[in-house]
Order: sequence, then C-alpha cells, then structure tokens
Amino acid sequence: MTDTPAILAEGLIKNYGKIRALNGLDLAVAPGTVYGLLGPNGAGKTTAVRVLATLLWPDGGHARVMGHDVVTQAAAARRVIGLTGQYAALDEYLTGRSNLLMIGQLSRLTTRAAARRADELLDRFGLTDAAGRAVKTYSGGMRRRLDLAASLIAHPSVLFLDEPTTGLDPSARALMWDIVRQLVADGTTLLLTTQYLDEADQLAGRIAVIDGGKVIAEGAPAELKASVGGQRVVLELADPEDALVAAKALAPFATTEISPPGAQGSLEVPVAAADGLATQVLRALDAVGVSVNDIAVRTASLDDVFLTLTGHKAEEAEEEAK
Amino acid sequence: MTAIAPPLAEGELVTGTRLGQLLSDVWVLTKRSLARIRREPETLSEVTIQPVMFVLMFAYVFGGAIGIGGKGNYHEYLIGGMIGMGLAQTAPGTAVAVVSDMSTGLIDRFRSLPMSRAAVLMARSLADMLTQIIGTSVTAAVGLAIGWRIHGTALQAIEALALALLFGYAFTWAGICLGMVLRSPEAAQQTGFVIFLPLTFISSAFVPTQSMPGWLQPIAEWNPLSSLAAACRGLFGNPNPAASVDAWPAQHAVAAVICWSVGLIVVFAPLAIHLYRSKNR
Repeated sequence: MTDTPAILAEGLIKNYGKIRALNGLDLAVAPGTVYGLLGPNGAGKTTAVRVLATLLWPDGGHARVMGHDVVTQAAAARRVIGLTGQYAALDEYLTGRSNLLMIGQLSRLTTRAAARRADELLDRFGLTDAAGRAVKTYSGGMRRRLDLAASLIAHPSVLFLDEPTTGLDPSARALMWDIVRQLVADGTTLLLTTQYLDEADQLAGRIAVIDGGKVIAEGAPAELKASVGGQRVVLELADPEDALVAAKALAPFATTEISPPGAQGSLEVPVAAADGLATQVLRALDAVGVSVNDIAVRTASLDDVFLTLTGHKAEEAEEEAK
Repeated sequence: MTAIAPPLAEGELVTGTRLGQLLSDVWVLTKRSLARIRREPETLSEVTIQPVMFVLMFAYVFGGAIGIGGKGNYHEYLIGGMIGMGLAQTAPGTAVAVVSDMSTGLIDRFRSLPMSRAAVLMARSLADMLTQIIGTSVTAAVGLAIGWRIHGTALQAIEALALALLFGYAFTWAGICLGMVLRSPEAAQQTGFVIFLPLTFISSAFVPTQSMPGWLQPIAEWNPLSSLAAACRGLFGNPNPAASVDAWPAQHAVAAVICWSVGLIVVFAPLAIHLYRSKNR
C-alpha cells in the first residue's frame, strides 16, 4: 500500500468571468475509498469534478489523479478515470449496446474486448433486455445505469459521480447505491458529489463540505457531526410566544448559538450529550414558566453540520440556486 | 461476486500509433452519425426534399422569366448552380448539429476519454459528406428528370462531382466553426440563414451575373458558389454564361473552386479543432 492519494487537489482556482467558482480548493482522496463532496448548487462541486476529470483547466493550483497531472498529463489521466455527470452522456439514437461499444472503443479497447465488457455490464445492470433498443426509449433510471456502465467499461481506477441520483426515484436510487458499494469493494476510488446529506452519510467514508468554491469542513461523517455539537434537543412549545424566553433560559445548555425559533413554536438547541439532559432542560423551562408539548433528543445529522457551517440549509440553498 | 468491471487483461487494449488512433476514433464516431441517419431518415429531408422543391420551383416558376443569354436551355443551366446551392445549404445544418452535440453531456464524456481531440469534428465532417453525396445525387436525379444532360466526357463529369464534394467539405468546416462559436441551435439556424442565403442568391447559381447591376457583379463573380456553378457547367457541357465574363474566377472556375475550398479548409478546420480544445477554458 502506498500513501499517495488517488485524487489530489491543491489550491484549485477557477474563474468564470468575474465569478470565482473555485477559490483555493484542496482535496486528498485515499485509494479505494468513497469521498463525498457536499454542498449546495453553485458551491463549486461540479466545477471541481470537471477540473479533476480533465474537462476544465484550473486558473490556479494543480491536481493529480493517480499521480497524473490533469493539465500537463491529461492523456494519461484520462486512461484511469471514468465520469458520470448529472445528465446522461449517451447518444439517444444509438442502442444501449452500441453506446457501450462506442465508449469502449474510444477508450482504446479492442472491438472484441469492448463487446465482451459491454455484454457483461448490460447483464450486470439489468439492461440486457433493453440492449437493442435506442436509448431515447429508456427510463431515467435505465439511462443512469447505462451511463454508469459506459464510465466503467474500461475499468477506471478513479470514478467521478456528479450527483448520480439527482432526480431518481427511491428504488432507482437504492440500486445506484448498491452499485457504488460494489465498486468500492472492487477497489475503485470514488468521488461523489451530492446535495443529499443522507446520500453522503450512507456512502462516503469521508466528506468535504464545500461552500463558495472551497472546503469549509472535512472529515468522516461521524467526526463532522461531532464537530457541530453532538446532540440536538427539539422542543415544541405550548405557546409560540414563549420562544424567546425559552431560548434565553436554554442558552447555558447550548454549544453554539440557538437558531431563531420556528413559526409553530418549535425550538432546536444544539447541546453536548449529558446524563439527565432532557430533565434539566424541562426544569429550566419550567422555572421561567414555559410549558412544553413535546421534547426529543437526537444525534446531530449532516443537515445540522451543513446548517452550522454554511449558515443556511442545503435545501434552501438549492431553492435559491434555482 | 465478481467485480463489476474487471481489470483490463493483456490484449484488451489497442496499441497503435497516434494516426491509427485518430483514424479508428473517426471511424467509430462516423458510424455513430450514420446510425442516426439510419434510425431517423427524416433528418435527411434537408438534402432530399429541399433540392427537389428548389429545382422544380426554379425550373418551372422562375425559369421562364430568367434569360441566360444565347439559346441556352435554363434547365440545363440550372443544375450546376443547384448542386452548389444544395452543398452550401448543408452548412447551417452542420452548425445546428454541432451546437446540439456540444450542449449534451456526451461531448464531455468524449473529452474525458483517452481519444484523439480532432476525432469528434472530423467524424462530423465525414458524416456530413455522406449527406452531401445523397443531396447531390438527388439534385442530379431531378435534373435528369427535367431535361438536364451531361454532354461532356465521363472523366469531366467525375471531375465536376469531385470539385463539388471538395467545395461541400470546405463549407462543412465553416458550418462546424459556426456551430462551435454559437450557443443555441436556434442561433445557429438564424445565423446560418443570414450568411448562406445571400451567398447562394448573390451568385450565378440561378441567374447569370451579367444580369445583375454593375456594382453587384464583382461580388457575385468572386462568390465561390459562382465558381463551382461555372466549373460544373463547363465540365458537364451545359450552358455557361460565365465563360464570357472577364473576371479571373469566371475564366478559371476550376482553379477558383480549388483555391476557395482549400483556403476555407485551411482556415476553418484548424480553427474548429482549436475551438474544441478551448472548451477546457
């Protein structure tokens, strides 16, 4: 085993006109692991993937994939990468099998090897029956699977998955997750971008949270959750008007600032785990005359990580971007 | 459970020279374009239905009013120009196809593969050459039906068709460049219309340049389409009023077509490939 990262990015900068899409992005991904890039639309995830996949030249910094510089050794880098973007990169008018054959041959496989691998992948991804049909007759889930098969045909060591499950229904998403897990078991290094926190949580061994074109937090999902305070107390107040009083009373328990109370009188307080926590919280509220309808204590989620780090929720950012 | 995509074994990868790689990539991608034509033959309407309509309209609607001087037959005159027009008119279609292609994720995939950078556009130019051959054949067939004949030798006819293909190939590269700089298929369609419509009409494709106002004549005479029309007419043995025009391209129509075509290819092919590479910026 070597310590050389499969993917290494140092100080990547990319400008689109006056907009700085990447602002000093650093990444190091160990071989054979799944690495999640998490961030709202416009955070720079796709730009980062495009630079690493040799599609864009960075304006600053440099990046290597399996030791090959993505700018000066792009040809070598392209031999070891696979790319599955947000939109199925397929020829609509070709059959599923012809698409795989074409990508295989363009990946320098012999015609025979491309044909054999195409048939294996079609079988593996449950597309054998549809193999002879034009791709434009495929469903969204079938397209994604074929697209992924195309990225895999020449056995890439590093696979970039840019929002692989955006727009898929739950069963198609579960199938993609299974494939991702199998690929990692095979030894492939995966860089996965996603807006779905649960997806990053489920699949990625390490996560980088990206905002404004740089990494604002990095670590294993558990570390990230711990870093923003281990637990959350979620309260539903009998009278929403009590929210400010309650927030003040609970300030001593809070590990970070309490976010403004919700309209329905719900209040969420980041706290450190402690014995008897719920009891103490209720006593403190009782002391200031606030009555509580419901109380729950839960472990921080990646949603909380995101909210704490970026100051906005992932979904809100997504809406704004639209 | 075996690996989803097993590691590459010996003999699974093609080893070859860069040129061999380029040719192989171009062939694979040309097959892709041809498969599309096979599945959606209506994409060919531009080069199958359009020439029939134009030939019939000019032959029977405008033809009677157009004098070509002497006792020449307008139907015989027309086809040389129609072949050129058909070829020039494929360029906007090429631009539209290139814009549509570039806006899909498929081009990103191609750019992430260890393939030749020039292959995508070269394959496009070859596939379009096939549609041009079909279009030219249709024009010639309609021509034969309305009384156009080849009076020259077989060798001359072949020379005329070879010139036409060279001319069409050059225009394809202009269309590819147009497609590379524009952002939407609609823009490509509009811009192509604005460029190529005057190009076909301010030429000797339908009327002799002698009938135009004096200031317009040099423009029409130096139009590459006029040279192609004159070269075809001369080689087919059809009426060719340009023979009596005192301008270099009219007197040396074959040389003019070759100069124009080679010039366009030398400028636009490297430019198109440069634009393709610059997508990384």
